Amino acid sequence: MKDSYDVLVIGGGPAGATAAKTAAEAGLSVLLIEKRPAIGVPVRCAEGIGKQGLCEFIEPDKKWICAELKGAFIAGPDGSKFTLKKNSSDEALGYVLDRKIFDRELVWKAVEAGAEVQVHARASAPIIINGKLQGAVIQQHGITHEVRAKIIIAADGVESKFAKWAGINTTVPLGELETCAQYIINDIDIDETTAQFHVSAANAPLGYIWVFPKGKRCANVGIGIAGTKSGEGHRARDYLDKFVKENFQNGKITELIVGGVSVCKPLESTCADNLLIAGDAARLSDPITGGGIYNAMYSGKLAGETAAEAIKSGDTSKTALSAYERKWRMSPMGIALIRNYAVKEVFITLDDAKLNSLFHSMTDLDLDEINVKNLLLKIVKSNPWLIREIPTLMRSL
Amino acid sequence: MINIKRDVCAYCGACVSVCPHGALELIDAYLSVDETLCRSRCRICETVCPLGAIHQEETASAEEIKKAQPLFRV
Repeated sequence: MKDSYDVLVIGGGPAGATAAKTAAEAGLSVLLIEKRPAIGVPVRCAEGIGKQGLCEFIEPDKKWICAELKGAFIAGPDGSKFTLKKNSSDEALGYVLDRKIFDRELVWKAVEAGAEVQVHARASAPIIINGKLQGAVIQQHGITHEVRAKIIIAADGVESKFAKWAGINTTVPLGELETCAQYIINDIDIDETTAQFHVSAANAPLGYIWVFPKGKRCANVGIGIAGTKSGEGHRARDYLDKFVKENFQNGKITELIVGGVSVCKPLESTCADNLLIAGDAARLSDPITGGGIYNAMYSGKLAGETAAEAIKSGDTSKTALSAYERKWRMSPMGIALIRNYAVKEVFITLDDAKLNSLFHSMTDLDLDEINVKNLLLKIVKSNPWLIREIPTLMRSL
Repeated sequence: MINIKRDVCAYCGACVSVCPHGALELIDAYLSVDETLCRSRCRICETVCPLGAIHQEETASAEEIKKAQPLFRV
């Protein structure tokens, strides 16, 4: 580890790795630090991603793709469900990844581009001199390092401590943090090409249950519930165990995964003097799906590009870096986040009776483009009462 | 005092993200509590944990609970 770099990236997940690769490709000196001893583990993710989004950043590779998804179904509280398919085709719509390998692949690409990587290296405090962020104190193997950097990219995931230490409030409101538990379950009867979503106020309060195939007779089966619905005897794991007992009783569990996913609005400010915040640390995970891998890579890339421009121009102030903020807010990702947040706020008011009625009106969908927006339009079309009941919904669509 | 059941905690960091006072930190796989920062005894960490690894031993006073209400969001 050297004393100073152009860019210090904190966090070795998809946001950090993409930011580091992008900055290195622009010719900057980059240090990427990851506090865990390994990249990619432990997994804290349902590992699903849309094909189009993934392909913007990387060519799909069998090494880290567990399953190709050709369709999905969404089931309501009483079990009635509708399917989603694209143009009646057999084309892959999305993938379920093996993030243990995928994350490593992304970091390897950053290294290939010239970034330095240090694992088991944790930022323990910012270095602030005369009110300006100048670097970070890094602990590794019991040794304290002081590393200066012109720009720090905080990509430290849902914990988002670094930005907090730098004075930005990154706390997620309890009602907007999905507390999640997931099992990898084997030897189960599932359609390996279909992702399942189960919605129910009783069995997945203010969240949903997912079954994402990981391969032959194997799937990520998990749940997210709002933090405010969690408590002794009714935690994410309790709800998950009930679902698994009812649906996959003879399955063999080989992994327990837990984590938190924010469904709040993105941070009010994702940049400060000499600082950019990307990925889950910036609260960019989707408020409806909880998906964050694409948003992490997109914001990571943008952060790397913005850092490069700022350093080359000699101005790394908040004003100069706010180009990052403007760009992601105006991007399809930024627009989708605002819309999906507004829609989420509406859907969490629906009890199981209303949800059942919603599902009963739905037919199987064959869409040109499978995305949240098209799905929502179909739901509202089949359930006009949603507009009458919740007028703000149409404005967000 | 915040008590962490070390054999239950899977060091996922969910609690860290919701602590209104930044009293929690994941040092790799070890959840560390700064008791001096745990001011409101709000129990938000205990509530959110997907596995139930956290237990706050003291009961907050009525006033402390009232002050912590805005920190929850239903």
